[in-house]
Amino acid sequence: MKTIYEDLNKRFTMSGYKQQRDDLAFVTVDKDQLVNAITYLKDYHKFTHLAFVTAVDWLEENEFQITYLLHNYELKVDLGLKVRLDRDNPTMDTIHHLWKQARVYQRELHEMFGIDFPGSPGVNDPMILESWEGPPPMRRDFDTKKYSEETYDHRERQHIEPEDHLRKQLYPED
Amino acid sequence: MIDKYPKIVDGKSVYDLDSQKYLKMWQGPQHPGVTGNMSLELIISGDQVVACNTHVGYLHRGFEKLMERRRYINCFPIVCRICVPEPDTNEYLFAAATEELLGITVPEKAQWLRTLDLELSRLASFLMWIGGQSGSFGSGTVAQWAIANRDFVLDLFEELSGARIYHMYMIPGGVRGNLPEGWIEHTEKVLNNTEKLLDEIYIVLFNNAVFKSRAVGMGVITPEMIDQYGIVGPNARASGAARDIRKDNPYLVYDHLDFKIETETAGDTYARTLVRWKEMHQSISLIRQILKLMPKLGPIYTKLPNVLHMKVPAGETYVKAESTRGEYGYYIVADGTEFPRKITVRGPSYSHGMALLEDLVVGGNIADTHGLMLSLHTYPPEIER
Amino acid sequence: MIDKDKYKDVNPVEEEVKTLESPKNNWYVDEKTLANADLPEEEREWFSDARPQVVPPIRWTPMEKFLNWARAKSLWILAFGTGCGAIELRPLLTARYDISRFGMAPRPTPRQASVFMIGGYVSLKTLKRIVRSYEQMQGPKFVVAVCSCAINGGMYWDSYNTIKRIDNYIPVDVYVTGCMPRPEAVLSGFQKLQQLIMDGKAEGQNLYAEKFDWYKANQKKVIKDWNMPDYNW
Repeated sequence: MKTIYEDLNKRFTMSGYKQQRDDLAFVTVDKDQLVNAITYLKDYHKFTHLAFVTAVDWLEENEFQITYLLHNYELKVDLGLKVRLDRDNPTMDTIHHLWKQARVYQRELHEMFGIDFPGSPGVNDPMILESWEGPPPMRRDFDTKKYSEETYDHRERQHIEPEDHLRKQLYPED
Repeated sequence: MIDKYPKIVDGKSVYDLDSQKYLKMWQGPQHPGVTGNMSLELIISGDQVVACNTHVGYLHRGFEKLMERRRYINCFPIVCRICVPEPDTNEYLFAAATEELLGITVPEKAQWLRTLDLELSRLASFLMWIGGQSGSFGSGTVAQWAIANRDFVLDLFEELSGARIYHMYMIPGGVRGNLPEGWIEHTEKVLNNTEKLLDEIYIVLFNNAVFKSRAVGMGVITPEMIDQYGIVGPNARASGAARDIRKDNPYLVYDHLDFKIETETAGDTYARTLVRWKEMHQSISLIRQILKLMPKLGPIYTKLPNVLHMKVPAGETYVKAESTRGEYGYYIVADGTEFPRKITVRGPSYSHGMALLEDLVVGGNIADTHGLMLSLHTYPPEIER
Repeated sequence: MIDKDKYKDVNPVEEEVKTLESPKNNWYVDEKTLANADLPEEEREWFSDARPQVVPPIRWTPMEKFLNWARAKSLWILAFGTGCGAIELRPLLTARYDISRFGMAPRPTPRQASVFMIGGYVSLKTLKRIVRSYEQMQGPKFVVAVCSCAINGGMYWDSYNTIKRIDNYIPVDVYVTGCMPRPEAVLSGFQKLQQLIMDGKAEGQNLYAEKFDWYKANQKKVIKDWNMPDYNW
């Protein structure tokens, strides 16, 4: 893993290498170089399997983090590439030409986080949500509990927050 | 492979439907052959599928959002709801990822019990699947046998954990209970019956002329497609790729067990069914090995700190396991608080059920679409979560 | 394509639709007619505009009793797995629990089914299909809501995409609680339904017809892009 990272570091600006396990490492890549880095990893280091693409919302830092997790079937290692985007204008380059399933992930990210992937086929189609009018739901400033209480009719019931119940059951002295 | 995506843009097909040459047909979500709710928007010409667009989202509950506002221990009861027929993989992965971030080690006996639970649930899930698969080819007999037999495997779960479907057995720190008395003998009985049943299924299903003539050559996945579409699990193994996370990146106690990766080379529906049939046998043999090798005594649980104030140190990890459908993974990002920052579930149905299925059904018959969908073993709840 | 001019004068509904401005009542024309106001104009002729009607019991009691007995003994279930509860439907249908002992069988299409089993949580996208399937079913029809999520939101009480109680959207005759309820529990729910039918108390369908406007308003409140006819497929 370390050797791959050193090779990568010569070609691309990278930072924050972290070896989580023997077979898993994470690294942060510059936004503009991500597609090149992934292509390089796929072609020269045999990272041929894209496990998933996901986004993390760092609301406090006003940034999105997109994580691409690649797998190498020969060395049997996983490498996670992280990239930080500006939260106000989130746009990322598409990688659908490298893996066919990438467009599905990108479509979901567009719907759930509002991150745009120009050029990815069908990225603007609604995928999971239908007739959704609120903000992209996976963003952290969207409050799902409040939305649910405002939108849907709830049945009258004894309302117990799971947390309070846990406290009462397990740690009464707490 | 036909690049058919540009032909359906924004839900509108550019096939001229008024020309009476093409017809748009919706299969699902109310369709008895579809596992979970999912709909296929098919453009057909005669009875041949020309283009396909999958629609998911009928089962979306927003798990990843819900988990963000729950403590780690409160996340635990909802993770198993992500994949209904095989919830144990979810439980294991969530527990394993949390333990890794917390730096907790699990006692040895708990690891054996976890492996046992995973293999049992693999068996149950495959039995459910072969019922659906044979049912979609018109063999109701196998469906009745397999699903009825799955129920006896669920009885074992009930004795072990108290629940039939959602076991919630593998909690972070270990497992919830030891083997009950008489469980091993009961298991042996169920396994013997299942083994007998599998042999009968081989005679009834795999030698059946109808099944053979339809399944052979249907929906072929070529070895080149495996990397292109990110195909994993039995679907890849049926195309000759000997990949299995249990062997490649061994987790739990799989490196103590003796098994080999089952592969086929044809890559069609018949081969995929056969691979899974072989893996059911493999599961049975693994369960027997576990029961033989498992330590009899020892702790099964590491006590967690006060779960209400349990702060998980900042960091991220990705833990994966081989489920019945292939690589299943949990990616957890922790930010040092009691709540997870983000939990992403990587389900294999994602690539199989959407990108791959849309291309595989093109050129086939309408009648074959749901047999093909089942042969990829996709579960929609896992796509949309 | 439908020739619009051809149908222009035979469709008296269109004129009235424009006068109805309140979005809450945009399906109301009179006691027997619906507006289908959310459909595109050229599609309105494709669907019937009749409202559901209350079917009163037959006055001659022995006949009604016989009919109820017949209804109770041949319940056909719509094979629409709307949530995770559907996984317990399969053991029910197969050899071990064998629901055909009670005269029940799965049917692939709503036109042939008489029982709708709501299996668990209902997401918004499914709710639209549930309403559609329910209205497509022919009477007498009954609804069994299985799992906690269909009853009060269950585990997904704070989810943004699941509705919290199904009985605001379609009438429910029997509830089965649990997550998951065991097949025996579901079976006992179906037996309870049979008992209710025989007693003439399973009147969900009539309730739907009576309070049609209320149900429709609830449905349209959460389903924002209503592009279906209001009733009668």
